Amino acid sequence: MFWTNTKRIIRSGFTNFWRNGFISLSSVLIMVITLFVIGSAIFLGAVLQSSLAQLKNKVDINVYFVTTAVEGDVLAVKKSVEGLAEVANVEYVSREDALAKFEERHKNDQLTLQALEELDDNPLGAALNIKAKDPSQYEAIAAFFKSDDALSRNGSSIIDKINYYQNKNAIDKLTKIIQSAEKVSFGLTILLVVLSVIITFNTIRLTIFTSREEISVMRLVGANNMYIRGPFVVSGIIYGIISAVLTLLIFYPVTLSLKGVTENFFTGINLFEYYIANFAQIFLLIVCSGILMGAVSSFLAVRRYLKI
Amino acid sequence: MIYFDKVSKFYGSNCVALEDITFSVEPQEFISIVGHSGAGKTTLLKMILAEEKPTKGGVFYESVNINSLRKSEINHFRRKIGTIFQDFRLLPNKTAYENIAFAMEVAGRSDEEIEADVPYVFELVDLTPKMHNFPHQLSGGEKQRVAIARAIVNHPDIIIADEPTGNLDPINTYEIVQILKKVHSLGTTVILTTHNKGVIDSIGKRVVTLDQGKIVRDDKEGKYSL
Repeated sequence: MFWTNTKRIIRSGFTNFWRNGFISLSSVLIMVITLFVIGSAIFLGAVLQSSLAQLKNKVDINVYFVTTAVEGDVLAVKKSVEGLAEVANVEYVSREDALAKFEERHKNDQLTLQALEELDDNPLGAALNIKAKDPSQYEAIAAFFKSDDALSRNGSSIIDKINYYQNKNAIDKLTKIIQSAEKVSFGLTILLVVLSVIITFNTIRLTIFTSREEISVMRLVGANNMYIRGPFVVSGIIYGIISAVLTLLIFYPVTLSLKGVTENFFTGINLFEYYIANFAQIFLLIVCSGILMGAVSSFLAVRRYLKI
Repeated sequence: MIYFDKVSKFYGSNCVALEDITFSVEPQEFISIVGHSGAGKTTLLKMILAEEKPTKGGVFYESVNINSLRKSEINHFRRKIGTIFQDFRLLPNKTAYENIAFAMEVAGRSDEEIEADVPYVFELVDLTPKMHNFPHQLSGGEKQRVAIARAIVNHPDIIIADEPTGNLDPINTYEIVQILKKVHSLGTTVILTTHNKGVIDSIGKRVVTLDQGKIVRDDKEGKYSL
């Protein structure tokens, strides 16, 4: 009997979906919008994360050593900096590397190169490029250099300058922007998702409101709750699946057209490739959200009319 | 079979729908309940269906108090009763056939039984050619015949007909009454409410008259008198 009932409920859900064509269509449309918002939230998150990661990557502090500093001393400093908990990685640029980089950068600038040749010694000192795990930690790293006495030899420091103090303002600002961007986007995403879920829920409630007479008739014929509710929940699930598939289809041209824009603008993320690469997760998330929304809102909406 | 024991129903504090109603319905009886609009006929029927609860007193079905039934028991109880309404109350998104099949499905009947019984009841109400039409494609009289078919398909103990002819012309009214008489002659108890004098007079069975929530007459072979 259980299987007969299940079969009948599912069949009835499909028939209702089909025969209430117009109502089904409007529910599907609203749900597509909701799922689109949820999907967009995922993409927005990805874009934001990648651009924040890019920004964070650009922030570093450079410690320049005096030209007379011995390589062994510099490497010793590198080792002790690497030991700090806040540090993500340290790149050593030797005097020769620094010179090569300088020449590479100014290869079209004959005047500068000539001037460089006039000098009999390499004027550039070695440097350490330090990346912190989080932009807010640069202060602590900079402080480390200030306090460490081991950095000096014969009373004079081997450190020429630390550009953190010149960049401090910019770094602080960036840190704040990153932090608030993360907060705002998270809040906005939640708000949008909640709003569209509410709209979907109400739409489905309205579609079931139009069936309230039917529900009362079913009740009077002696149908039990499961038998009345089942087909509505099945229809809700069908709304969810169809809307999810439509949404996923819509995202294909949308991300494809945004491909160029996002690549140029945010450098680093290509939305289309992101969509294709993460299709399995996005598919699962969208389809599950659709099914869940359809089923839960139908289930709750019918409850009101089951009281007779 | 059905016994009303000093039943009163108040809506709010000063609206009296039924007051101190005591009467019983015997098995295989054909009982008509008449009265003006607002006399309490529909409320009385709703109590038999456990749609409304009495404020005072109790309604019994074969010595079981209907109001003490649990929800799942109410579903089972309602399957023993076939109901027919003035406004037909068919499921608009189901064909006539499916409307009747639905009543059988909820009663837990098998697909084979449904396939065998549904055409049979359509024959009984003389509507076989329109079996697969939707309700909106049927006339009022035809809809009511579908509703009767739905009411009788599960072989109920009782048929409750709440002004079944209220929306119908005289010819359809006559036909519906004939069908109800046929159903009764097959051994089903019928409880009918109406304010159609012709219907009551042509049936010639027990008539209970309600006025302002009270039983004012109860005649064995009554005529319409108000």
